[in-house]
Amino acid sequence: MSIANLLLVDDETGFLDAMSRRLTKRNFTVKTADSGMAALDILRDEGDQIEVVILDVKMPGMDGIETLTEIKRKFPLMEVIMLTGHATVASAIDGMKQGAFDYLMKPCEMDVLLSKVAEAANKKRGHEQKIVDARIKEITSRMA
Amino acid sequence: MKSNLSERPDYYKSLKRNIFISVVIVSLIPLLIFGGIIRYVFQTSYIERVKAHLTTMVKKHAQNVDTFLIEREANIVSLAEAFGYEQLSDNEFLRRQLERFQTAYGAVITDLGVINADGEQVSYAGPFELADADYSDSEWFEHAVESDVYTSNVFMGLRRLPHFIVAVRRFENGNVWLLRATIDFRAFNELVQNIHLGKTGFAFIINRNGELQTHSPPQTEIDISHNMVIFDNDIPAAFVDDEPFFESRIDQEGREIIYVARLLKKGNWALIFRQDQLDAYSDLYHARRIALMTLAIGGFAIVLMAYGVSRLTAIKIAEADQAKEIMNRQVVQSGHLASIGMLAAGIAHEINNPIAIMVEEAGWIEDLLDDETFQDGENLNEFMRSLGQIRKQGVRCRDITHKLLSFARRSDQRIQLFDLNELIREVADLVSQHARYNNISIEMNLSNGLPPVKASQTELEQVLFNLLNNAIDAIDRKGGKIEIQTWDTDHMVYFSIKDTGSGISGGDLERIFDPFFSTKPVGKGTGLGLSICYGIVKKMDGDIVVESAAGKGSRFEIRLPASDEDEESPRTGAAGNQQT
Repeated sequence: MSIANLLLVDDETGFLDAMSRRLTKRNFTVKTADSGMAALDILRDEGDQIEVVILDVKMPGMDGIETLTEIKRKFPLMEVIMLTGHATVASAIDGMKQGAFDYLMKPCEMDVLLSKVAEAANKKRGHEQKIVDARIKEITSRMA
Repeated sequence: MKSNLSERPDYYKSLKRNIFISVVIVSLIPLLIFGGIIRYVFQTSYIERVKAHLTTMVKKHAQNVDTFLIEREANIVSLAEAFGYEQLSDNEFLRRQLERFQTAYGAVITDLGVINADGEQVSYAGPFELADADYSDSEWFEHAVESDVYTSNVFMGLRRLPHFIVAVRRFENGNVWLLRATIDFRAFNELVQNIHLGKTGFAFIINRNGELQTHSPPQTEIDISHNMVIFDNDIPAAFVDDEPFFESRIDQEGREIIYVARLLKKGNWALIFRQDQLDAYSDLYHARRIALMTLAIGGFAIVLMAYGVSRLTAIKIAEADQAKEIMNRQVVQSGHLASIGMLAAGIAHEINNPIAIMVEEAGWIEDLLDDETFQDGENLNEFMRSLGQIRKQGVRCRDITHKLLSFARRSDQRIQLFDLNELIREVADLVSQHARYNNISIEMNLSNGLPPVKASQTELEQVLFNLLNNAIDAIDRKGGKIEIQTWDTDHMVYFSIKDTGSGISGGDLERIFDPFFSTKPVGKGTGLGLSICYGIVKKMDGDIVVESAAGKGSRFEIRLPASDEDEESPRTGAAGNQQT
């Protein structure tokens, strides 16, 4: 059983490879996408299996912020961690205002990344649990 | 740069000269033209006026003299016609007639005499003992017997006194006789001696031989050749016109003399008025002197003003040019910084990704080494150490690129709110390598809770860079210490940069903020660093002061106004917090 299901989005495939290997080894289920469009495709097909998206801010074509906006629109409960170089800190902050969970500087310490991912996954599960609880309550109250 | 500066003085000198010449020409030429026209018109009309005045005067007096002579002739003629030879031959009768004349006209006629055809004086009335005088040899007698009425020239005669005679020729019983009267010389003289103008203007009468017919004028040697002017000319023409003759001639002493003359006594005599031109036109010359003096003073004032104006203008232009030059260089410098910044940002960003991959790959190897298969490996610890090193250096690279990026991001001149301490730390960090290389330690003594400063971060960064680099250059390899301090007092934020370097000598101290002043060797310094710092700090309503002595190091203190605005903490602060 994996700790969390992740989607890693970055235009650098080298980075995607290394990260996904390292995260998989740490018991995460990792899917990768090399562009914003690809990420949205994967989310559409198997969105219910993914808990946290790690999203690079600076990408050709659809950039991180646009992708984030789209993800948040279609999957409001999805948690997103932004990855950024220093020059785009400002846009990372914008991203947080758009509802990203946090942002991290590239290259990042693995420990920091892991703890952030765990927090994000917990938050999502907490949300989902609340929703489930609320539904159960609703159903039980209806039955009663 | 240097050659450019040394060319300048010539340029400003010629600029100054051109302005000077233009101002002088533009102001003086109208003045001179105007003055010349006025002078010409005034002089012409004045001379005309003087000429008219003199000719009228001379004409009037000449007429008076003529009238006087004609009246005397008429007196004698009427006497001769009224009484005849018999009666007039009687001394007593003649004496009574003389008394009658003298009662009627004053002592104009001195004596009377009757002369027969042989030139013997038949009767005589008058103050002299001339009863039996014989005039047969006299020149006047020869002329008198040939015309009805004759007026002689002035001569000494028997009485040895200057006088002249009016004689009437009569025929009676086939015999010729003459009645003669002597005209009082003093009375006659008065007619012309009254004509006296200025210091040198006077009149006299001469005959055709150039002999004076009146007293010689006072204090003047009459130069006969000049006095003959009137007879040199066409006498009939002058006479017919009845207008006095007017001419000015130069005498032997080089003075210009005005002559106004008119013929008298049917062209035998001439009344001549002469006056030094200087005297005649004394008012004109006086006015001309005043005008020239005014012109000279005005001209001098114009030249003085032109000099002042040209000098001031050249100085102002030089200052403006220098300011422009400084601004140009500042623009170039900030343009440089901006393009370097963009370049650095691009490189930093591109390098960031490969570094991230490298670090991750190293991490992946570490992960793999954790597997049991490798746990017994001989060099496991070496691998781990080496990978740790790769990761550490990767992080170091990341720090460097982040610094570059933060520098590049700020290459704009927007005014924003920021923390001065933060900026000082960043800049000090950037120069720290350079400082370490020179054995310099940078000590920072930054006050906590410093109010934010509202300014262009890039510009202040430039100030800090300049001051820190100067401090490092001043210390120069020997090693030393740079102390940076910040503090604040009511609404002012201060920072000081103190070095233990060579210091600045007293003479240079006054000039260090002057543009293009540099103590660094040629090619090393532009001489602009501190002047740019000064300009930036002044623009921020701050102040920059320096304390220094040769050999004792320098201390620059900069004062900046603190921001009163209560905005949320600036962006860099937030980023900085997240980073750590």
